[in-house]
Amino acid sequence: MSETTTATPPAEIPREKLTKKAITADHPTWCPGCGDFAVLASYYKVIEKRQLDHEKIVTLAGIGCSSRFPYFVNGFGAHFIHGRAVPLASGISLARPDLNVFLFGGDGDGFSIGGNHLEHGARKNINLVYFIMDNFVYGLTKKQTSPTSPIGFKSKTDPTGAIDMPVNPMKKLISAGASFVARTHATQVNHMIQMIERAMDHPGFSVIECLSECVEFFPDVFDPADPRKGGSFEVIQERKWDNTPEDEMRHDVTDELAAYKLAQLPFPGVFGVFYQSDRPTKNALEKKWIESSREKTGNASDLELLQKTFDRMK
Amino acid sequence: MNETPVVPESDAPTGAPTANPASGRADLRPENINDAVIRLAGNSQDGIQSAGAFLARLAGRSDQDVMTYMTIPSTISGGPSLFQVRIGTGEVLSSGDEADFLVAFYQHSYQDNIDFLKEGGVLLYDSDNVEPNLDDKRFVYVGVPITGLTVEALGGTAKDKGKNIFILGLIAKIFSLDVEKLKRLISEKFAGKDESIVNTAMMAFQAGYAYPVGKILSHHYQFEKVARKPGARAQITMDGNQAIAYGLIAAGVRYGAGYPITPWSSIMEILRSELPKYGGLFVQAEDELGAVSLALGFSFSGYLAVTGSAGPGISLKTEAIGWASMAEMPLIICNIQRGGPSTGLPTNVEQSDLHQAIFGGHGDSPRVVLAASTVEDCFYIAIEAARIARKYSTPVFILSDTSLATRIEAFDEPDLSKLMIDPKPDLTPRASGFKPYDIERITQHVPPGARMIDGKYPLVSGLEHDEMGHPTGSPKLHMAMTAKRRKKLQKLAEEIPVPEVYGDQKGDTLLVGWGSTYGPIHDAAKLAREQGEKIGSLHLRHIHPLPNGLEKIFAKFKRIVVVEMNDQGVYGFGQLATILRARYCEPKIESVTKTDGLTFRVKEILEGVFKRSFADKKGRRDSPKRPLSGNGTGQDVDLARAEVIPQGIG
Repeated sequence: MSETTTATPPAEIPREKLTKKAITADHPTWCPGCGDFAVLASYYKVIEKRQLDHEKIVTLAGIGCSSRFPYFVNGFGAHFIHGRAVPLASGISLARPDLNVFLFGGDGDGFSIGGNHLEHGARKNINLVYFIMDNFVYGLTKKQTSPTSPIGFKSKTDPTGAIDMPVNPMKKLISAGASFVARTHATQVNHMIQMIERAMDHPGFSVIECLSECVEFFPDVFDPADPRKGGSFEVIQERKWDNTPEDEMRHDVTDELAAYKLAQLPFPGVFGVFYQSDRPTKNALEKKWIESSREKTGNASDLELLQKTFDRMK
Repeated sequence: MNETPVVPESDAPTGAPTANPASGRADLRPENINDAVIRLAGNSQDGIQSAGAFLARLAGRSDQDVMTYMTIPSTISGGPSLFQVRIGTGEVLSSGDEADFLVAFYQHSYQDNIDFLKEGGVLLYDSDNVEPNLDDKRFVYVGVPITGLTVEALGGTAKDKGKNIFILGLIAKIFSLDVEKLKRLISEKFAGKDESIVNTAMMAFQAGYAYPVGKILSHHYQFEKVARKPGARAQITMDGNQAIAYGLIAAGVRYGAGYPITPWSSIMEILRSELPKYGGLFVQAEDELGAVSLALGFSFSGYLAVTGSAGPGISLKTEAIGWASMAEMPLIICNIQRGGPSTGLPTNVEQSDLHQAIFGGHGDSPRVVLAASTVEDCFYIAIEAARIARKYSTPVFILSDTSLATRIEAFDEPDLSKLMIDPKPDLTPRASGFKPYDIERITQHVPPGARMIDGKYPLVSGLEHDEMGHPTGSPKLHMAMTAKRRKKLQKLAEEIPVPEVYGDQKGDTLLVGWGSTYGPIHDAAKLAREQGEKIGSLHLRHIHPLPNGLEKIFAKFKRIVVVEMNDQGVYGFGQLATILRARYCEPKIESVTKTDGLTFRVKEILEGVFKRSFADKKGRRDSPKRPLSGNGTGQDVDLARAEVIPQGIG
């Protein structure tokens, strides 16, 4: 592998158009009406639209209702352990820049048991798309308090109402250093697709929090942001840099403090891209180091390199 | 030393560090020796490790066999530290129960180590700091004002730094070592640094070498020249952690992730700087759980990866290792064992993680466990681990320990041209009907990027799954898949060679060991045979699964005694002994264990096995300070109460 880290190119076999049918696998096990169905449909749509190479799509997840995701996608994938999907995905992303790494999970997986990995994946700016279906409750284990459950939420573990301050996902992600931070709503499919595509196009740790209703254990909680249920879906107006006075009022996605202020807005808050920065990814920085290390060796073969090391130990 | 360095009685300066005016002995013909144990004792900042390492490297370069033993306190700075080098002309397998030559930098170095000096051995001490009991006539005393002379030699600017190199010069003179080779080693060591550093080191070395030690010591020694076998390979010298790291590289492991912990850290440090040269990458993760998960991501992506730790970190990785069992993902996990449980004895040695390696998981989670027996074996076991992980798509543990990690040995240079493995992932398209978890076959993980001709892509899963990787609650499938994951280990057992028995092939006693105790157990069998015992020894590298056919070996002996560095357990048996008893239902399997955090001495093993005192040929006594059994019973307890050894961080 001396020449490069990339793998051998596969032999060319004619490709057919990648259709929804080709990427559909098991029928989802989610409850009827679950918000996650719309997320899956949006994911299919994006893949179809982008016509990615089928064998280069990698769908990963940890544990939770939403983390069943990979089973419903016909493609390479892994259903990993609770909370650790970020480092799993990081390994794949770092070793194989030719792959499209998509990671799906829920609020418990991402903000509770996997909180540390989320922080460090963000800090290291690993190139991947992480889609978090936030339903404010543990659904798979049947209604316990989640890290995003609002104070007062009555669950089986907080029968008199939750007392711990919930995580604010946007604040957490911005302060951790995620380089693309967006928020969407499972009932707003067009917006969701737009966010997924922008996350894909962003080189770095791209996270989308999607309010995705658990109809079984926390129904109607996201109605305030659903126009069909009488709520209002307020989309962040981003700066167009068109030198108009109204542009001054719009949100500069590279402004971390402004993003933080948006994240402070009371529930249901606003939707869209909160923050985006183009700082270098770990993938790029490590690649640079690998390349300069290879260069220093004079692009020696593996055998020559190790032999040289042994010669020094004689 | 086989030739004990007793000073001739006529002009012996025994008992007095005074110069003998009658002798100008520097020009005496050196005495030939074939084995010497040199112990350097000082504090951790004195650089005695590097002085010892120079000696070890020199021995390796001179085709001498060499083995070292080192303890460093786990405190960040300061505290007693020692390095022992055994240099031999024949095969050296253990670092020596007693020293022929002791260098003591401080009073405490003298007091703590004098009982490890053989009778007739030489104590070389820093007369600026040490006042030995000269009335003890057992030893030869050589006082040298090491601190003062070093400061003087270096012009007083370097304080007492450089004492280690001064001592190296002195030892070079006394043992007639190859000065040119040593100087070359010193220059190589400091290569790329400020030239003044090399000069300072050379000045210190010269000062030590020029010291007229011949006025005090009547002998110089010289190692017998070894005739190199025709076609023999050159020797290389390294420690066990280096050997694992370079073994992994030879085995085509290009990716890994870890989190720092003693004594594993140096493997990740080496891999972090070495792998990019090979086009690979080692990542320092945020924690142990992240490290194993990253490594599994690398493996999933098609590059067999490594993670590692010591016991506490392995505990944290356990859940993900269970996933690797279930998902059948190849992975190498190094456990460089230390004393446990919990933070335990971070810088001491213990073999108490064997059960953790084999059974440390939820559910039935088969994995392979290998253990390295020597530094050289650390290199080859890494290659074996990679071979098994790939062939059987399984997690594989490599067990090493503090003693292997920190000791330096010389061994025949591996023939890399025959060993190097190409790490490229296999991305060739897979034929129609491919099943990732085919019940009839051994799973082969397919990395993403490989096209599936029938358009059906495999999923790896921690849920019980069907042959395509999709979840199932079927009782029948769970039974079949559990059996599938177990059967591949049974298949592996068939191909593992049965280890050779050293010594008697049948007889009264068979010593059985695993891991770093190989040398002392082998030497114990050798010594006991010399004294008429019918005894053999057997060392296991593949511990889980065990090779088939061990029962045939066991049948040829009256007693099977398993020797290991862990506790005797609630039922009286160490960890390997427990497994062997369960596996073979063999009541003649016994157990000798100890938990003092130190490597086995040869005599200690023999006393444990035969329950009687084992004096060596020369009838040397054992020091009363060192109890022979380390199991926390009887006199050990009284000794333990009296003994306070400073412990530091983990």
